[in-house]
Amino acid sequence: MNIHEYQTKDLLRQYGVPVPEGRVVHTDEQAVSVAEEIGGSRWVVKAQIHSGGRGKAGGVKVVSSIDDVRAIADQMIGSRLVTHQTGTEGRVVHRVLIEKASTIVREFYIGLIIDRATRRITLVASSEGGVDIEEVARRTPERIIKEVIDPAVGMLDFQCRKVANKIGLKGALLPQAVKIMKRLYRCMRDNDAVMAEINPLAIIDGGELLVLDAKMSFDDNALYRRPAISELRDFDEEDPKEVEASGHGLNYIALDGDVGCIVNGAGLAMATMDAITLHGGRPANFLDVGGGATPNKVASAFRIVLQDPAVKTILINIFAGINRCDWIATGIVQAIHDQNIKMPIIVRLAGTNVEEGRAILNTANFPFIIASNLDDAAAKAMAALHSLEPKVAPLKKRTL
Amino acid sequence: MSVFLNKHSRVIIQGFTGQHATFHAEEALKVGTNLVGGVTPGKGGTQHLGLPVFDTVEDAVQATGADVSGIFVPPPFAADAIMEAIDAGIKTIVVIADGIPVQDMVHVERYRMGTGAIVIGPNTPGIITPGVGKVGIMPSHIYSPGRIGIVSRSGTLNYEAVAQMKELGLGQSSSIGIGGDPINGTDFTTVLKAFEDDPDTDAILMIGEIGGPQEVDAARWAKKNMRKPLIGYVAGLSAPPGRRMGHAGAIISNESDTAVAKIDTMESLGMYVVRNPADIGATVLRAISGG
Repeated sequence: MNIHEYQTKDLLRQYGVPVPEGRVVHTDEQAVSVAEEIGGSRWVVKAQIHSGGRGKAGGVKVVSSIDDVRAIADQMIGSRLVTHQTGTEGRVVHRVLIEKASTIVREFYIGLIIDRATRRITLVASSEGGVDIEEVARRTPERIIKEVIDPAVGMLDFQCRKVANKIGLKGALLPQAVKIMKRLYRCMRDNDAVMAEINPLAIIDGGELLVLDAKMSFDDNALYRRPAISELRDFDEEDPKEVEASGHGLNYIALDGDVGCIVNGAGLAMATMDAITLHGGRPANFLDVGGGATPNKVASAFRIVLQDPAVKTILINIFAGINRCDWIATGIVQAIHDQNIKMPIIVRLAGTNVEEGRAILNTANFPFIIASNLDDAAAKAMAALHSLEPKVAPLKKRTL
Repeated sequence: MSVFLNKHSRVIIQGFTGQHATFHAEEALKVGTNLVGGVTPGKGGTQHLGLPVFDTVEDAVQATGADVSGIFVPPPFAADAIMEAIDAGIKTIVVIADGIPVQDMVHVERYRMGTGAIVIGPNTPGIITPGVGKVGIMPSHIYSPGRIGIVSRSGTLNYEAVAQMKELGLGQSSSIGIGGDPINGTDFTTVLKAFEDDPDTDAILMIGEIGGPQEVDAARWAKKNMRKPLIGYVAGLSAPPGRRMGHAGAIISNESDTAVAKIDTMESLGMYVVRNPADIGATVLRAISGG
């Protein structure tokens, strides 16, 4: 789960990490009153959406008059911000963060990740701050410093000193940097974060370290024990179909094709999307019904897939282990009748109770297109799609 | 022989008397698994499915000589159960739970260091050695005894591969799911090593997916250390970056995480690669025929 920049900074502030003076606002009037309260002569107005690259997209502006605070806040709130991570439709900005602007002397990067290779939390740092860290890792890997944290003893002072020293945080800055790293680690551990990143950590005019931007994301599997973090979830930032799906215990991710997919298991769901792609098609979604799918759950899956108006055909691929093909078939038939579905439906069933499942489909009075295996299912989905648009020449089979 | 689960294994189930555990324990008994008891704290001294129930794993190991445990306790309590099994000297621990917090697994992996215990999972269908038994939730009837080892992150994709192999008359020595989480107790490389050393395995099928460095690390290890043919498939070539595709571990974070990047690297390291999921069985057959 991701949270907003202002929420991350509020959290870090509770841990004693130095962040700029500021507050989030929902209107231009509030923006003006916050700017006046902060005082000074320069402020930053920052659009709050769950996306990186906001600066480049025009979502971060430094202004030097109260009138400009008002004008920029007014312009941002309610607008759509399109970044390289949001897709072309962008995200609506519902709130902006107003902060005191600082004069930056130098910028650094500090992050904590859970490294899959070492299976430990790893501190990552660089003298190259304020830029895309993945870009730094690609171009100048020697400027990325890593230190693995032993969970039995936690992050040790000397590890922070080593890292700070290597990225050039020396003298009076060294103890400040150690404090910030240790507090960031504490914040990550206490809240079951899977990633915590400060970019940039800046030396500002006057020689202090200050966190100018920060991002944290949290472990969905640990939210049950982090109620305060759960409350920070912003449903406006999520696809409503994905939110509805998770309410039904389904895993749904919207994509931009026209072949709807209903599959059991994440791996098989990805393989099904791949088979469609290899046959020249484009999957409309990823959907995993999970294990023990009841007829009602399957019917909900249809409802969610069909909310996407681009869907022209649906491919169902079930390899039942702890699932039961008869339950799946019952759900399919129920959905066809209750939701009055007319489009071509391709069904591939295998595994537990497959004969019973096929019998239910055969007696359902609907022209199901039955596929014998994965490849057959993808081929039949493409044939069904072309039968709907006879003018379009058949696409060539793609190879990777 | 087969790997991790063989005819000498003595298996217990943690969370034995729960509904799911009971169902899957019955299924395991049907296929001949040498289940010797189970653990449910508070129910020690009772019987379940005609087998003894113990309060602690320590008691179970003392009484039965168990060396394999299937963990069926809910995710919030799973890490503690795994560490209890390690402490009691269990050698192979299969963790079915889906949804264990990742920082809990960081602690489990630290605790496991130096003990020699193997943790398979979490979020795995488990392990099956056809003809010998299973510890897990996979449908055992689709598997058949044979000489191909399978290791996969996904459960249902494992079943898909098995079905394709069955059509071509190919069975399995053992099949192991390492699970879909970002931190697995056992990685691909550990399982490849076990299969390489197993005299009853002729070739190994490795089924990966987007996210993380594991598949490529295993392929690099195999290039240096394996003589048996290795076949690889990576699901998710059509997956968009930055989105978690069902499994917590299936997320493209950088260029080397994509399915295409992983498959290309595997191919450059001399593996047999599968680019179309429908060709898994055929590629395995080609590999053992030396094609």
